[in-house]
Amino acid sequence: MRFKDVFSIIGPGMIGPSSSHTAGAVRLGRVARELIGIQPKQANVVFYGSLAATYRGHGTDLAVTAGLLRLDMDDERIPESLDLADVLGMKVAFLSGSDPAVHPNTLTVTLSSGRRRCRMTGCSIGGGNIEVVEVNGFDLKFTANYPTLIVYHEDRPGVLADVTRLLSVTGINIGYMDVDRKARLGHAATVIEMDGVIQEDLLKKIKRLANVTGLSYIDLNGGVPN
Amino acid sequence: MRFSNLKELALLCADEGKPIYLIMLEDQALESGRTAEQEWDKMKQYYGIMKEAVTKGISSEKLSRSGLTGGDAKRVHEYTRQQEASLEPFTGLAMAYALAVSEVNASMGRIVATPTAGSCGIIPGVFVSSQERFGWTDDHMVNGLFCAGAIGYIIANNSFISGAEGGCQAEIGSAIGMAAGALVELKGGTPEQAVHAVGLAMKNTLGLICDPVGGLVEIPCIVRNGFGAVNALAAADMALAGVSSVIPSDEVIQVMLEVGSAMPDIHRETARGGLAQTPTGRQIIKQLAKDRKKFRSELKKR
Repeated sequence: MRFKDVFSIIGPGMIGPSSSHTAGAVRLGRVARELIGIQPKQANVVFYGSLAATYRGHGTDLAVTAGLLRLDMDDERIPESLDLADVLGMKVAFLSGSDPAVHPNTLTVTLSSGRRRCRMTGCSIGGGNIEVVEVNGFDLKFTANYPTLIVYHEDRPGVLADVTRLLSVTGINIGYMDVDRKARLGHAATVIEMDGVIQEDLLKKIKRLANVTGLSYIDLNGGVPN
Repeated sequence: MRFSNLKELALLCADEGKPIYLIMLEDQALESGRTAEQEWDKMKQYYGIMKEAVTKGISSEKLSRSGLTGGDAKRVHEYTRQQEASLEPFTGLAMAYALAVSEVNASMGRIVATPTAGSCGIIPGVFVSSQERFGWTDDHMVNGLFCAGAIGYIIANNSFISGAEGGCQAEIGSAIGMAAGALVELKGGTPEQAVHAVGLAMKNTLGLICDPVGGLVEIPCIVRNGFGAVNALAAADMALAGVSSVIPSDEVIQVMLEVGSAMPDIHRETARGGLAQTPTGRQIIKQLAKDRKKFRSELKKR
């Protein structure tokens, strides 16, 4: 099911004018911001399909920028987000891509700050709902409607068992998982959508696991689906 | 959710002797892990935002950010009250309220996507005007939103609700179906009648393309919200009168999927066809680009 609950239909409460081109874009920006983990210095946004054709008219550029600044989709500062980015020292560039997109409303965000880099591709699928489809070269799908963990690790037996065991002892239920690897026994990444919020110490424990090389934690809704 | 189509939803209602909204509320609490009271309160907040948007939009002559639209809700509101309008006054009110909320959206104000921002006027238009007409409580209306949500949940998962995927039928059409079905239940109709209202309403918007001028959610989106509210009232009346959707509503939803999937790109929110590419539409786009250039050079001077 692409749409999980009643508030993905009635809702979100948002600043207009478009749920897919404005509100969804804010959320895609927020996910990208959480993936890199710090305020980026440079952001390159590539729009595809319908977004490429109409992003100016819908304020999609303002919306993604607002998300990269961690503003929520009902924040009345969205129209001024580019000025806000200036003040905070984040440069943003917008491009239109011509590649065939996976979905009519697709965008790719590339962020950098010093040596840190991050790339994310996601789709705004309507009503402010989003679907991330690629993270740092891994084909990972998730909605960010739930607390979401992204674990980067080596493709070895038992890594996922170690991660899920740690979640299990804390009583956190997993609703959805997706795994991708670059090669057998190569780099891999796993996304886990959970029903509960993760505390800082548990994140540290997961990070210290053998063969885990990094992680991101995304919680756009304070622990409950929007 | 324990239902994935309208037929299952109606059967579930019959089995448990419950209205649609209650099934939705219970399943929602199960899905989110929060209590039914918490979920209900969240919906009540949303209804508050809808009413605020109606009040704001109906009295405002504020233009949209682009300057293309604005003030039509006020115009229609005054006309349907003061003149002998063709529509019965409360129908005119539904239309005016739907325009009002859509205009608030276009001016970057706060609204609730129902199911999208492009179609955010229809449910508030139908709900707030019906509440005034029949003297319903806010609580009753909040229940109605859960009913509308259940219908929308089914449409969204079996077809689509975004113009970029399925054209305007997916946004305006879905909203009309949701509003019509919910209104039937609000007026005391059975779940079966509510389901028929969805199919009756959606048959009337099949094929509607998404062709916003300049890609803005304004022309023709705002007036389509006004028309949509009126259509929802009509579909609810038909269903309550005993008219059934001969082609079952679930099958109508499948037709929307078929038609939307076959729709060319230029008619799916890209502003590359339809009204957006008429001579006047193109002229407006040109003018907007000029205004933007001017705005940018002014910014630079500053």
